[in-house]
Amino acid sequence: MNRKILIVDDEPNIVMTLEYAFKKQGFEVFIARDGTEALQILETNIPNVILLDIMMPKVDGYETLEFIKKKDSLSQVKVVFLTAKHKASDIEKGLKLGADKYLTKPFSIKKIISEVLDLLN
Amino acid sequence: MSNYILITIIVFYLAFLFFLAFKTERNTKSKWVNNPYVYALSLAVYCTAWTYYGSIGIAANSGVDFLPIYLGPVIAAPLWVVVLRKIIRISKQHNISSIADFISLRYGNNRFLGALITIICFLAILPYISLQLKAISGSFEVIADETSYISTSIWDDSTFYIAFLLAVFATFFGTQATDASEKHRGIVATVALESIFKIGFFLIVGVYVTYWLFDGPQDVLTKFSEIDNIETLTTIPNLEGGLNWFFMIALSFFAIFLLPRQFQISVIENTREKHLKTAIWLFPLYLLLFNLFVVFIAFGGRLLLGDVAHAEYYTLLLPLSQDNVFLAMLVFLGGFSAVISMVVVSTLALSTMVSNNLIIPYGFLDKFIRNHPEKNAYYIKNIRRISIFLIIILAYVFYYNFSIESSLISIGLVSFVIVAQLAPSFFLGLYWNRGSARASIVGIVIGFLITIYTLILPFTINIISGSNSFVENGLFGIEYLKPYELFGINFLNPYAHAMFWSLSFNLAFYLVLSLVYRGNYRERNYAEMFVDSKNYSSLQDNALVWKGEAYVADIKNVLEKFLGEREANRALKVFFTKYNLPKDTQIADARLINFSEKLLTGTIGSASAKILISSVVKEEEVSLVEVLKVLEESKETIARNKMLREKSAALTSLTNQLREANLELLNKDQQKDEFLDTVAHELKTPITGIRASTELVLEDNDMPEQIREQFLSNILQDSDRLSRLINSILDFEKLSKGKTTLDVKNNDIQQVVKKAIQVVKHLADKKEVKIVNKNPHKLFLEFDQDRLLQVVTNLLSNAIKFCPEKHGVITIDYKMANKSIEFSVSDNGNGIPPEDIGFIFDKFYQSKNQNTKKPEGSGLGLAICKQIIEQHQGNIWVDETYKNGAKFVFKLPFK
Repeated sequence: MNRKILIVDDEPNIVMTLEYAFKKQGFEVFIARDGTEALQILETNIPNVILLDIMMPKVDGYETLEFIKKKDSLSQVKVVFLTAKHKASDIEKGLKLGADKYLTKPFSIKKIISEVLDLLN
Repeated sequence: MSNYILITIIVFYLAFLFFLAFKTERNTKSKWVNNPYVYALSLAVYCTAWTYYGSIGIAANSGVDFLPIYLGPVIAAPLWVVVLRKIIRISKQHNISSIADFISLRYGNNRFLGALITIICFLAILPYISLQLKAISGSFEVIADETSYISTSIWDDSTFYIAFLLAVFATFFGTQATDASEKHRGIVATVALESIFKIGFFLIVGVYVTYWLFDGPQDVLTKFSEIDNIETLTTIPNLEGGLNWFFMIALSFFAIFLLPRQFQISVIENTREKHLKTAIWLFPLYLLLFNLFVVFIAFGGRLLLGDVAHAEYYTLLLPLSQDNVFLAMLVFLGGFSAVISMVVVSTLALSTMVSNNLIIPYGFLDKFIRNHPEKNAYYIKNIRRISIFLIIILAYVFYYNFSIESSLISIGLVSFVIVAQLAPSFFLGLYWNRGSARASIVGIVIGFLITIYTLILPFTINIISGSNSFVENGLFGIEYLKPYELFGINFLNPYAHAMFWSLSFNLAFYLVLSLVYRGNYRERNYAEMFVDSKNYSSLQDNALVWKGEAYVADIKNVLEKFLGEREANRALKVFFTKYNLPKDTQIADARLINFSEKLLTGTIGSASAKILISSVVKEEEVSLVEVLKVLEESKETIARNKMLREKSAALTSLTNQLREANLELLNKDQQKDEFLDTVAHELKTPITGIRASTELVLEDNDMPEQIREQFLSNILQDSDRLSRLINSILDFEKLSKGKTTLDVKNNDIQQVVKKAIQVVKHLADKKEVKIVNKNPHKLFLEFDQDRLLQVVTNLLSNAIKFCPEKHGVITIDYKMANKSIEFSVSDNGNGIPPEDIGFIFDKFYQSKNQNTKKPEGSGLGLAICKQIIEQHQGNIWVDETYKNGAKFVFKLPFK
């Protein structure tokens, strides 16, 4: 069975690279351009991992994570923040909300893949 | 007119004045109270029967010589703001109730000086009052029916009864309060009203004579020039005449300050200092108006009546000669008003002086100390009441026996000369701290004696013996001792002559003795307080230097005798609260001594107050040096305290400023942090794209060609975005720091529109958006072409971004507004959500309501637009009334 990943980011060029890389790793990739879209997708699909940007229009990454944490059906889903916010206070806030990992932009694709695979094994 | 009708009218008029005074006294909110015009009009108590009748007598006989008496006050009035204000302040501070009190306090509560001034004023004013009574009887006789009964004894002399009624009036309204420094509102109100009556009726008769009996002023003068030489009557002949004028002006200048009734009205009855501002123009104006018709009435009278002997009553005789009894009656009432106000105020002032500066300090103090407070108040009031009656009765007796034959003006001038003796002590005392009590007393006595010799003696001898040898030959036949030509000065009239010699000697003695005798410490203390009143008023009760042993209980005991137990307790409570002292304080200090003396001064006069307080305390002699030292120290302390207070206030405000500046800095710092954060985030996004795409293209060799190309084109796109961003940031920073200077020239706005459309054309074409330039007319105005192009391009590309694909329409338009143009760019997109409108001009603010695809842009576009437009002194905003999409408007002023 294919592992599923949900990429939530509003920057199409970044999404495009992640989509390509994870597909190549055999993931089934879902894409959302903001929190609302992500939540829509999560209604019907339960991914193994979510890559979540923070600064997005409409519903931002923090709000999306809070929502995910409230849903029992999503309790097994790993959440990785992938964001340009790099301050210690931001990282602390993200982890406190229950994110499994906090990775910052710009990133190395290889590093992201290995971190995600680490998390899933 | 029949005597009976006349008396009835007089009685009704008096009753009306009683009523007005009574109403005003009861109702403190009345418009007659606290009114600057009432104050200014009441000062016209200066204009007595002498003005009303006497001036015309002089004008008929010797032309414009009546004028100097009014020029003095006119010259004095502008000085009131300085001099009178100072006098009023000091008087209020010390509860002064008369001019005798004022001067005696200045010279260290000198009891003898106060009494001397009282006697001088009494002697000066008594004949003056009798002169007024004479005017009543004189005018009464003129207007009364000749066939009616003429009085033969006091008991059927109507003047006697009128005098009696005036005494009742003055008694009733003058002695309501025991404290004589209290205001007498009722009396002031009637005086002001009488001032209106007297000038009103006088002007009416003036107009009547000049324009009714004659054809205007020119007519009077032309006709008069046929019987007499106008030239000599209306000009001052030579230097000697000029000197006479000068002395007469000086005489009236002093009188306006020193006459007891003037001091009473201008100082004691003054409720607000600012009323002086009205008085300084209204009072001179009043005097000038009063003198407007004098010459014409006088000349007209001589032309029509010819009889110079009764010239003083021309105003009555002229209407009567035309059988105009009504007008004559009005004139009579006007004159009567002048008499009433003068008699009432003068007797009030004199009675206060007689009681507080003569009778109480010289006879009743011991008695008061033993009495009950109610009894004391009763006694004090009675002393004043009896004084008022005594003064008026004596004035009547004087009138009945002496002054019947002399003219109105001569006795008035004698009064002026006597009162002028107070001038050196009064005026110099205000501005020269060396002036001493002994000098003042000797100066006044010498001046008065000279006045007696040069003026009163010849006058009296003439009346009694009818002989003129004293005047013609001098004392013991010595040429140099001729009373009217002392030491050979033979070119002055008797009044100017008497004033010259008496005041010269008075002043000389005052100056010399002041320099020789320094006066005791108390005198110097008060001298300092008066001269430097501005500084001392801030010292308040500290201004009196006093050393000795005193007990609060003893002082309270004295206060109770005069104020009553309740009032005394209340006053002490005020005192203790004011100086933050415990209520059970037993030992009295200098402040309490000073405070208590002031409290008593209004009731029994300053000299008595000092004597009473001294009687219950053990005072130690303080050396003059010590007094001055203590005063200097307390002045310094106050100055230092003031300085410290000012400094502390300055420091507080500085601290506040610093705190504000600090807050602002913090705020700015935070703003800067946020800005940097956002900048970093905005920069990281394209870098992330470039970084990830490059990694994939570089390391993934199996990548399909099409995807590789997509990644490479993404890299290009992100690089462009990066450089755009950097440029915008730099641009924005420059603009917001004001580092750019605009290259403002006269440009055509259409050029800008055309260029901007060209810049965005390929973007618009790609999205198939139509751009409509609605108003393609040329319009030249002053702006920086490149910067404005940046604004319009920004607005256009924004609009393209938010327009729907294929159906997008963008409209560019401008219209003229008030001294400016309003330029607008509107689209037919979704519009701006109301919650965003407040923020869209903020840097890096990106509307959340964008299409799913995040639009390109730095987030700085509108912020930059705003900076540019504001640098052009314009403004930019969103037109919220536009419902079909978004509409941005900016306004540029014409220069």
